[in-house]
Amino acid sequence: MQLIYEKSVAGRRGVKLPLSDVPAAAALPEKLLRKASAALPEVSELDLVRHFTNLSRRNYSLDTNFYPLGSCTMKYNAKVLENAAVLFAPFHPMTALLPGGVEFCQGNLGMLYDLGQMLADITGMDEVTTQPLAGAQGEMTGILLISAYHRAKGNKKKYVVVPDSSHGTNPASAAIAGYEIITVPTAPYGDMDIELFKKAMTDEVAAVMMTCPNTLGLFNPHIKEISDIAHSHDALMYYDGANLNAIMGKVKPGDVGFDVIHVNLHKTFATPHGGGGPGSGPVGVKKALIPFLPQPRIVMDDDGKFLLEDQKSVSIGRTANFFGNFAVMARAYAYIIMLGREGLIQVSEQAVLNANYIKERLKAYYDLPYDMICMHECVFSASKQLEHGVHAIDIAKYLIDKGYHPPTVYFPLIVKEAIMIEPTETESKATMDAFIEVMIEAAIAAETNPQLLRDAPVTTPVGRLDETKAAREQNVCCIG
Amino acid sequence: MNDSHYCPHTPQEISEMLSVIGVASVEELFSPIPAELRAKTFNIPPGLSEFETFDRMKSIAAESSGDMLAFVGGGYYDHIIPAAIDHLSGRAEFYTAYTPYQPECSQGTLQALFEYQTAICRLTGMAVSNASLYDGGTACAEAAMMALRVTGRNKIIIDGCVNPFSRQVLKTYLYNLDVEVVEIAPLDGLLNRDELAGLLDESVAAVLVQNPNFFGCVDEFSALSQQIHAVQALLIASVYPISLGLLKSPGEMGVDITVGDGQSLGNPLSFGGPSFGFIAAQKAYIRNMPGRIIGETVDKQGRRGFVLTLQAREQHIKRHKATSNICSNQGLCALRGLIFLSSVGRQGLVDLARLNRDKAEYAKARLVEIPGVTVLQSAATFNEFTIFLPKPADGVVKELLKKDILAGVPLGQYYQCSENCLVVTVTEKRSKKEIDRLVRELEVAICN
Repeated sequence: MQLIYEKSVAGRRGVKLPLSDVPAAAALPEKLLRKASAALPEVSELDLVRHFTNLSRRNYSLDTNFYPLGSCTMKYNAKVLENAAVLFAPFHPMTALLPGGVEFCQGNLGMLYDLGQMLADITGMDEVTTQPLAGAQGEMTGILLISAYHRAKGNKKKYVVVPDSSHGTNPASAAIAGYEIITVPTAPYGDMDIELFKKAMTDEVAAVMMTCPNTLGLFNPHIKEISDIAHSHDALMYYDGANLNAIMGKVKPGDVGFDVIHVNLHKTFATPHGGGGPGSGPVGVKKALIPFLPQPRIVMDDDGKFLLEDQKSVSIGRTANFFGNFAVMARAYAYIIMLGREGLIQVSEQAVLNANYIKERLKAYYDLPYDMICMHECVFSASKQLEHGVHAIDIAKYLIDKGYHPPTVYFPLIVKEAIMIEPTETESKATMDAFIEVMIEAAIAAETNPQLLRDAPVTTPVGRLDETKAAREQNVCCIG
Repeated sequence: MNDSHYCPHTPQEISEMLSVIGVASVEELFSPIPAELRAKTFNIPPGLSEFETFDRMKSIAAESSGDMLAFVGGGYYDHIIPAAIDHLSGRAEFYTAYTPYQPECSQGTLQALFEYQTAICRLTGMAVSNASLYDGGTACAEAAMMALRVTGRNKIIIDGCVNPFSRQVLKTYLYNLDVEVVEIAPLDGLLNRDELAGLLDESVAAVLVQNPNFFGCVDEFSALSQQIHAVQALLIASVYPISLGLLKSPGEMGVDITVGDGQSLGNPLSFGGPSFGFIAAQKAYIRNMPGRIIGETVDKQGRRGFVLTLQAREQHIKRHKATSNICSNQGLCALRGLIFLSSVGRQGLVDLARLNRDKAEYAKARLVEIPGVTVLQSAATFNEFTIFLPKPADGVVKELLKKDILAGVPLGQYYQCSENCLVVTVTEKRSKKEIDRLVRELEVAICN
């Protein structure tokens, strides 16, 4: 398909602008002006609409295809959440920061406050900041809060401990927050090796970052013991909330020893992923960390009025220019109040049911390195298929030809040829059965006709792309 | 048990699935969680119907005032949003997809983001752009960290005329790193160049400036970039994209890294988010860029296609050695930005920028007619400017809030000795009639 720049015709316009009702201003001094206008597209509105509509048709998406992308919780995004988000489009965020402005923003501030309270209940935390803009920023915020805690206590800490099954963002966020990383291997039972963990723990460890259930989809039965050991060194426990969808109403991270948590609203709380964002990553903390939370903090006074508190003294500062990705939070808020207590419990139950169903039905065809009850996702290995020269990526591409978005492949890094499947609770049995049949077909084809898999996909607008050429040539913008 | 249409199984299907798994109940699937760790309370209220949910959301929205007449900016601007943007970005194929890890079935998102990167490069005069960051503040922070990597130094100088929220975000990102951040206090609403000259040496990684700055002043940084390059430091500029319809581009001034907030490009105000941050740079720095980058390539048949490229910089490959921890960015908001720039188009952006300036200049001329009101005259301005009131701005702004007018941003809480200063923003959306109303109401508030 042509680029929109290749469809440009000089002089064409895509929208009619307002006419001026004021006198033209005197020109700016020449030295402040750009020499030539930026070579932006010049297309009619219809050209524009066709271009982007046709581009959109070159995507698989949740509304068009089953999307069992492990660790991403691609659940259905209820349409009423979109309608709700639009209600908040006109509110200027500076209103709340003007003198006397909070009076005019009580609904919005109250919603953020209530969302924080509900997330605190779901996660077992004492207070939640809604400022962080995505999961990874939530992680960084959480680790900075932990550093502020240690700083206030005069603790000298250097390290953050992560299991080798962790999301890449965990060590990346801890490194950006100024820590060195200690990685603990996974034991054959599928969780961080507890003996190696004990050896890694010293008084120089600031935090232990865990995902529970972990990226293998397994709940760590030693989690309390791990947090007790961490606390004995005055290290704090950080919970990566990427996998929260498995446990709502079943177990609260705050109850099992976690001190800080981030929540991905675009995963568990059904806000759309947008082709790579926007997300939202609220962070919950235990009492001891409240003073360090980002400012301004939304608080409620004795009369039930919402205020902005801005005490810069010990706070880590600010993680976003305003109050976080507000319209994303409006969607998540609507989702929580709509599903309610029973609905959220049902979400976790059926997410876990669906993952176990797929795991059981496919384990005769694919190697299952950790064969036990899983939570919301299961991780296979294409090691059997590799004997026939078929890789996880070949199976992924075959699925595309059959109309499925592939599962996450090659993650977690500790499973060779990993295929990580997270169906989520919103998929029907019929959809999963059809997917399972295609996965079985792929396993059979790996033995009988491996070339079919290696040539896939053939139904898409382009076949497998030359990534080496892309990295070498670095054509990242079209020269105008 | 099944009352949610988002969990579609019938009881019959559930029991079939349980028997395949070989457990007696759904509860048994939670047996890996030790009993003593199970949640003891769960106090989320009972659920609502779809209708009731929307009704509740409407009443929350009604508790805030959304129809205020906005003469405030502070990084977020009330601009027109062409109708096509909602419809196109609202296509589920775009908004319910995720990060395009599988390029063959994600060419829509990938090509759009490549076109976005191109638009940002052409607008800023830079050679390379990534596929978006979170917002303007975090873009400043990521640019500073990029400069630390490029230079191997550990000092960042920030012009105090940069948006105070962005400055705070930057300092938060550097909170626990061994980096010295030096802020230069503004001089008459502009960068204090003498003070900067005294600070510039070979320990400095980068200098961060903003154009137009928080006071609304438009500056020119060509000579400055030469001075900064003389000590092998980088110049980072945060810019307001709409202003680039008229103003000299960062590329023309020798800027090394350009950042900004993309809210003004087709993203609604939405009480502060989501918008997107952009970051673009000279070609030499591409491997030090944070976040996703889309690159052009071909398939085996030679057909053009787009992929996530240079992924070896990123957290999912490099883990703690990544250039940034960013994973999800603001893809859909960046798409809106691209559609905005494509809709308004080449000449349209020039016209739009001019319209903003014309309206602001009209407002400026009218406001100084109020007895006791003067304007900061140290530099030319775009669509924001600073005025001095004969009394503290806080009280005046409070009075105008009662009239449903957001009169401007008082500077008192951000800068010393500026209690009487007010930054007024006028976009193309404000009519002459609305500007006249602002002037009238300000005059009343000042004289009372």
